[in-house]
Amino acid sequence: MAKPILVLAEQHRGEIADITFEMLGAARAVAGATGAPVFALLLGSDAVPLTARLGAADKVFLVDTPTLDAPVPSAAATALKTVQEQAQADLVFIGCTNISLGIGPILATRTGLPLVNFCRALRVEGNALVCTSQLFGGKIAADVKLPDMRGIVCLYPGAFPAEAGRGDKPPAVEKVPLLVDPPKVIFKQYLQPETGDVDITKQSVLVGVGRGIQTQDNVQLAEELAQALGGAVCASRPVIDQGWLPLSRQVGKSGLSVKPRVYLAFGISGAPEHWEGIQNSQCIIAINTDSKAPIFDGAHYGAVADALEVLPVLIEKVKARKG
Amino acid sequence: MEPVKINLFGVPGLALLWALTLIAFGVFGLRIWGLIGLLRQARYENRFDQFGRRLAHAAEHVLLQPRIFNERAIGWAHFLIFWGFVLYTACFNWSLIRGLFPFLPIPYPDEVKLVALFLEIFAVLVLAALAVAVARRLFFPPPYLHLSLDANIILGLIGLLMLSTLFGSAFRLVGEGGHSSLWTPFGTLLAGVFPGMAPNAARAWATTMWWLHMVGVLAFLVYLPYSKHLHLLASPFNVFFSQAATRPVGDLTVSGAKDDLTEGASKWQELTWKQLLNGFSCAECGRCDRACPATASGHPLQPQQIIQKIKDHMVRTGLRRTDKSAPKLVGEVVTEKEAWACLTCLSCMEQCPVWNEHVPVIVMFRRHLVSQGRVERTIQEVLGNLQRYGNSFGKSDRMRAKWTQGLPFKVKDARKEPVDVLWFTGDYAAYDPRMLEITQTTAKLFAQAGLDFGILYEAERNTGNDVRRVGEEGLFELLRDKNLDAISKVQWKNGNRVIVTTDPHSYNALKNEYGLANEGIGVKHYTELLDELISLGKLALKKKLTGKVTYHDPCYLGRYNGVYEPPRKVIAALGLELVEMPRNRAISYCCGAGGGRIWMEDTPDVKERPAENRIREAARLNGVQTLVVACPKDIAMFRDAVKTTGLEGKIVVKDIAELVAEAIEVAPVQVSG
Amino acid sequence: MNLYVLLKMVPDTVEELNVAADGKSLDTEFLRFKVSDPDEHALEQALILKEKHGGTVTVVALEAPEVDEVLFTALAKGADRALKITTDQTRLGAFAAAQVYAAFFKAGPGQITPETLILAGSQAIDDLEGELAAYLAETLGLPYLGVVCNVARANGKLIVLKEFAGGLRGQFEIGLPAVLGVQSAEKPPRYVPVAKVRAVMKSAKIETVEVGVSEPAVRLQLERLYKPEVAGRAQMLEGTPEEIAEKIVEVLAKQGIL
Ligand SMILES: Cc1cc2nc3c(=O)[nH]c(=O)nc-3n(C[C@H](O)[C@H](O)[C@H](O)COP(=O)(O)OP(=O)(O)OC[C@H]3O[C@@H](n4cnc5c(N)ncnc54)[C@H](O)[C@@H]3O)c2cc1C
Ligand code: SF4
Ligand code: SF4
Repeated sequence: MAKPILVLAEQHRGEIADITFEMLGAARAVAGATGAPVFALLLGSDAVPLTARLGAADKVFLVDTPTLDAPVPSAAATALKTVQEQAQADLVFIGCTNISLGIGPILATRTGLPLVNFCRALRVEGNALVCTSQLFGGKIAADVKLPDMRGIVCLYPGAFPAEAGRGDKPPAVEKVPLLVDPPKVIFKQYLQPETGDVDITKQSVLVGVGRGIQTQDNVQLAEELAQALGGAVCASRPVIDQGWLPLSRQVGKSGLSVKPRVYLAFGISGAPEHWEGIQNSQCIIAINTDSKAPIFDGAHYGAVADALEVLPVLIEKVKARKG
Repeated sequence: MEPVKINLFGVPGLALLWALTLIAFGVFGLRIWGLIGLLRQARYENRFDQFGRRLAHAAEHVLLQPRIFNERAIGWAHFLIFWGFVLYTACFNWSLIRGLFPFLPIPYPDEVKLVALFLEIFAVLVLAALAVAVARRLFFPPPYLHLSLDANIILGLIGLLMLSTLFGSAFRLVGEGGHSSLWTPFGTLLAGVFPGMAPNAARAWATTMWWLHMVGVLAFLVYLPYSKHLHLLASPFNVFFSQAATRPVGDLTVSGAKDDLTEGASKWQELTWKQLLNGFSCAECGRCDRACPATASGHPLQPQQIIQKIKDHMVRTGLRRTDKSAPKLVGEVVTEKEAWACLTCLSCMEQCPVWNEHVPVIVMFRRHLVSQGRVERTIQEVLGNLQRYGNSFGKSDRMRAKWTQGLPFKVKDARKEPVDVLWFTGDYAAYDPRMLEITQTTAKLFAQAGLDFGILYEAERNTGNDVRRVGEEGLFELLRDKNLDAISKVQWKNGNRVIVTTDPHSYNALKNEYGLANEGIGVKHYTELLDELISLGKLALKKKLTGKVTYHDPCYLGRYNGVYEPPRKVIAALGLELVEMPRNRAISYCCGAGGGRIWMEDTPDVKERPAENRIREAARLNGVQTLVVACPKDIAMFRDAVKTTGLEGKIVVKDIAELVAEAIEVAPVQVSG
Repeated sequence: MNLYVLLKMVPDTVEELNVAADGKSLDTEFLRFKVSDPDEHALEQALILKEKHGGTVTVVALEAPEVDEVLFTALAKGADRALKITTDQTRLGAFAAAQVYAAFFKAGPGQITPETLILAGSQAIDDLEGELAAYLAETLGLPYLGVVCNVARANGKLIVLKEFAGGLRGQFEIGLPAVLGVQSAEKPPRYVPVAKVRAVMKSAKIETVEVGVSEPAVRLQLERLYKPEVAGRAQMLEGTPEEIAEKIVEVLAKQGIL
């Protein structure tokens, strides 16, 4: 039987991050081709109740030491290496996220396994796993082969469907006793974003509104959508000029440059000055009544529609989806 | 009459006059010497060339003061007061010399009939002017006029001098027997007020008036260099030494500089003496403030304040050296916000009656800020782009000629094929997607006119005009050197070497700051070229356009370089009726893009953007639905302003080349993305 | 503090990136290099630390196109020394580069002292093998943290902020010596005027250093590089507002937002 795939589940302050399900889904897909079991590793003293949510894994390893509560890469790597050796897993999935950043290289140094970063697609080719990574901000793709399915793969958030990694059946749980030395990097505390206005440059979802939004009341709709998505509203300059939103929400040449994972543009024409501020977004979805609006030249997805008709329905659907 | 032959508390009048004169001139001289000493601590700048041209310039603007008349009412008043002052100064000196040296065989000035007449007429006119001024201050103070103590003292003093002249004349007449004289009409009139006065008493009063007059003038002399009326002394020199007297103000190069000025000025001593002379010359008239679009749109910048604050700071820290708590010139006296608010539109300099030069000073401050890395994020990004890619858009330099794709012909690479004309497109025309079509249209027009032109392809860089005005002198030099290098590779077809630009900012730099004239290369704006091509019949207009349009004079084309007529001639040739905006030509209102402002972040200070103010002005004109522009940046600025002012459907913004293309029926260009 | 800043050159994505004929490397025709963005922040953070706590800032880079300019710029910004290791960076992955740097710090001029702090960019756009800072820290046996957005010093230790999602930050205490991967400095990188860089080019020197590392093992088996298909225009979502909303939800789900 093929060697197991080990997924480093990402949990932060008692919540399982979506990337965990995405990785489990990806692992399941690979396992489907090779028949390998899928294991997950959960770290931290408060992770015990979370194991139930990892039903997509065949087994969940749990290291519930308090030293692992805080996301310190070297400590996580120590736990990961122990379990990886114990389970004889040669293929390890880690999230390509801020929390997990650095764990991969440390593990790679300690185990000698090759590491592939920025992975957005996987396929099995005979005995090997081929990972497709995007480099240079998505301008070039690289196919990297991991012979014998050995290696560490850092999976890019949003690249794999999370649905595929959710399972209801409670998985088998194995507690791994492990004394991790107190790390040399000592966690002190969390600092909430400073109160005051939201920093739109730090959001992963932005709902941008332009003159097509028409009234201040309608900006409220966008606000509602942003809240449902866990993001923030921002705007083109004319909307800011109207005083409908503060200057700190202005995107573009004379405002801020943003790079969210998703930028939803409602009633924004896509003038060069606005485009300058959004061009580094990973995914731009534009809704505009004018099929010739320049924003459609650069956006990833577009819809010729009335923003005011789409917004309410979208809010409903998002809320329904979030449960 | 011998007013010095009196005894005052036992002191002979002559001795008293000598004492007063020496004290007054002493105090005056010391002060002036101190002020000149300040200028001597400043950096050197050569403004001593071309004496003749400077003299002619000074003669016109000191003696006739055409700029004062931009504001008519006060213009006449000032003109009168000025000439009154000249006359009175001359007579005062005459009187003084006669008083100091009683043995001189000359009369007192008011004993010469013609002089007396002039003195009286002027006294009355000046008093009338004063009455106007006082009434204005008391009853209708314009919002910009601050009622300073300084001004009131001066008005009081002048009044005293005039009254002492008139009453002096009256008393003398009474003292001499009360004959009326046509040479002293107002004295005669006044004399009638004192019918029963004894001749002796009248003579004593006349003497008193003479002394009052002399003491008044001497007091004025002492007071003058401490007040804004220092401008009386300094401004003639300021006009004489002004850059505009000898060369275009569009050239920021300081001629003959002995210091490295790339890092600008952080202290007053690091400005040039001419930049400091501004402060002594300023009359606090506020014309610059009233013309300044930065002030009008709500930025914390008032050009007059810049000039004044430097002067006050310099006098305070330079003359009173005990003052240790001096604030920093840049950052405290003049705030960073002030320094960055300027659009370098030149309105202030265009209006200033004493020819002060605000923009170079502001740029010196910016240079200092840049040298300290105190540059806002967006500007920093743009400067980085310009360093690396040579354009402000941060696009690859190899994309510069991408706009030529989609043209039915290939545009020559002037470095490889011989051309008559080198077209320097500039960043906006080459990179801004909104400009694509217009730039292609311009190219077609050139081709249609049979112009043999080429471009520099990826070798063209931003000319650095705005970079220089942002204060990044080193980067400006880098860009200029690269451009000059590329231009030196151009294969000219014959001796007639011309560079044509689309962008007025590039035009200014190429024309005034690149020294191309020395290489026999002329620089033209495309409106000048279009005008030429049309009037030579090379661009045959196939149809007449109709309708009313208005035209916006770009700062760097109009005020900076005096190109006002060619675009107007083109518009007229097309058959369009040009309706001028109230602020046209030299008083055209800046669109807000200049001096690097187009790259800066929006701030909450701004109440109304200059472009919005301007587009409203255009839209107010009766029957005008088109604003014609001759600058690629104006397309961006005004099309945006049309949106933000909600004037869509009421006015459209068109490039002049688009209109020409309509008239000669150039086939519409295929736009490729 | 002995502050070391490791600067990495990456291909400039403003220029068009093409794949060379071998299908495994970038075509060099239009290729230009620039310093990796986060590395500039690492330098800025180092300069801030120096200004606050004293010490020296040494910038180190491997040989790469246009790297001299970057080193001179760093000197103009206030770095005290600039070192260039003669090994060619463009052929190395992060792991191999870390081995070179490790040799530099172990045997080379960069002796690690209890006052040494090594700062690198948190991540580069071509980190196919993962992050240099983490590899290096592990190889040197030093504590590490990435995605750093602020570094301060108190009581001989470092107080480091790491950024999580949505503006949430974590505060950590780390003893020296250490390696940090900086995402953003506490202030945006300073601007250095061209004239200053030019002056530094005339007056200062870049020291070159040779580090003896036997050709580091290639760890990754690169199959091919290629340009992903890019849709020129937006992919249009059609239908009634209801249907469009549904499709947007799908996209959001695919992007991992829902
Ligand atoms: C120097 C300078 C700096 C600038 N800086 C910035 C900047 O920082 N940020 C910025 O955003 N702009 C900036 N601008 C302004 C910029 O040029 C544009 O004017 C601006 O971005 C346009 O905003 P908009 O897209 O909201 O409005 P518009 O261009 O008017 O677009 C409105 C869009 O809404 C669509 N629409 C209308 N009704 C509906 C509806 N019911 N449903 C859906 N769509 C609808 C229309 O089809 C249209 O495409 C700057 C301009 C200049 C000159
Ligand atoms: S140049 Fe224009 S913006 Fe600048 S101070 Fe003078 S008037 Fe104001
Ligand atoms: S600088 Fe010139 S325009 Fe401005 S207040 Fe002084 S004299 Fe008047």
